[in-house]
Amino acid sequence: MKLSWSDVTPEALFLNRRAFIAGLGVAAAAPALAAAEEPNSFEQITNYNNFYEFGFGKTDPADNAGALTTDPWAVEIGGLVDRPGSYSVADLAPGNAVEERIYRLRCVEAWSMVIPWLGVPLASVLNKVGVQSGAKFVAFETLYRPDEMPEQRRNSMDWPYREGLRLDEAMHPLTILATGLYGKPMPNQNGAPIRLVVPWKYGFKSIKSIVKITLTDRQPVTTWQAMQPREYGFYANVNPTVDHPRWSQATERRIGAGLLGGRQETLMFNGYGDQVAQLYAGMDLARDY
Amino acid sequence: MHRIRRLPTGVVWALGTLPLVLLVWDTLVGNLGVDPVRDIEHRLGRTAVYFLLASLCITPILRMARVNLVKFRRPLGLLAASYAGLHLLSWAVLDMGLLWSQMLKDIAKRPYLTIGMGVLVILLVLAATSSNAVIRKLGPVRWRAIHRWVYLAAPLAVFHWLLAYKIWPGKPLAILAAMAVLLAFRLPLLQRHLGWRARSA
Ligand code: HEM
Repeated sequence: MKLSWSDVTPEALFLNRRAFIAGLGVAAAAPALAAAEEPNSFEQITNYNNFYEFGFGKTDPADNAGALTTDPWAVEIGGLVDRPGSYSVADLAPGNAVEERIYRLRCVEAWSMVIPWLGVPLASVLNKVGVQSGAKFVAFETLYRPDEMPEQRRNSMDWPYREGLRLDEAMHPLTILATGLYGKPMPNQNGAPIRLVVPWKYGFKSIKSIVKITLTDRQPVTTWQAMQPREYGFYANVNPTVDHPRWSQATERRIGAGLLGGRQETLMFNGYGDQVAQLYAGMDLARDY
Repeated sequence: MHRIRRLPTGVVWALGTLPLVLLVWDTLVGNLGVDPVRDIEHRLGRTAVYFLLASLCITPILRMARVNLVKFRRPLGLLAASYAGLHLLSWAVLDMGLLWSQMLKDIAKRPYLTIGMGVLVILLVLAATSSNAVIRKLGPVRWRAIHRWVYLAAPLAVFHWLLAYKIWPGKPLAILAAMAVLLAFRLPLLQRHLGWRARSA
């Protein structure tokens, strides 16, 4: 089910609607934009991926991720939670709770897509395991399985891939654990069987193929931040005014726009500012990038 | 091997346009995948580097294998400059959508683009000073002095390639290593050691 653009209001988020389109404040007033915000095709979404465990090329994940075993799968949830343990994908995202979320995805490399995810709010999962009062951050880890993830057999990065969110970011209704897209189970190259999606942050925050979720009281060290702290911050909020040291973030190229599609302006918080800006009130986003 | 020398330089030009023909073909039949803009831009850039690398091989081949391919060096260099020019054009038109203000700002502000621009300027100067008439006018000493800039341009082109990525990709690192070896042959010390240069010059 798709709602019309005029239905996209911040309140809708909190009413736990079954589905809502990528919330773009200005789009409601400019229906012409709606056409430009059509989701990318399944073909595009599954053949243009950054999933470095399977290689650094954009098509490497599509070529190499077929070998990944995603069933059985267990997500170890621990740290400052009431019910730590090993959870199956069905435990975390039972079929009857899964909803569709059509979100823009903005990669730190200045390209973007629109993706119809299936998933559950991360908050529902965290509530299920019971977050203890001391918890302030959530740390995530991707699977480490060199047998099936060729790039992990080299020392090209410090595996396993790690990401993290502040607890309020994790509990935000826009933040989901996705288990599928286009009404299908998650393709391996997109982070099967379960991955994070945080639509107002650069794509690398949305960690794939998650096996570990830990609630902590300390800000976790994330993979990119550890590797190049000057280039990748903990927050990694989409922000057209804070450039990557080596390239501009002011504009982006929409994948699928065609040879002469040109560029479009990048929106603050990827267009989700109405919903998330208050999380960062008082913070200097040029410093906490 | 020695028969190669007798091939007309037109053969290099014909082979040299092949990557472009293939790229146009792949674009037209839709072989480029999900993001053709990036593919076109990157393939043109890589092709420029390959021809640059090939042009650097000519002198070492002459010295080591004693095969004289010097007449192919000019077309190889001109091809490198042409592909680099097309690479810039693809960036400006397809990637940037001719956003002039952002393009200029980016070239000034982004080291990898500043370096790319520097390399392109060098290659265009070298191309412009490659006609027989200009070479005659400059004389061999000045001509050689100008064309030695390729020793700077080639590694910088690969550096530009490396800087564009979030990680250290293997291929440009390998090409950089190959260039380092090729350029090392130009060092007087090594040349003396190999007996390519008189001991007391
Ligand atoms: C003003 C001049 C130039 C501009 C604006 C420019 C721009 C770019 C851009 C935007 C990229 C892609 C980066 C990315 O997608 O992350 C790139 C990559 C590249 N450029 Fe350039 N470039 C310039 C000059 C050159 C020159 C002179 C050469 C070679 C002689 C060159 C060779 C390459 C190569 C090999 C790549 C990497 C392609 C790949 O990833 O496969 N560039 N350049």
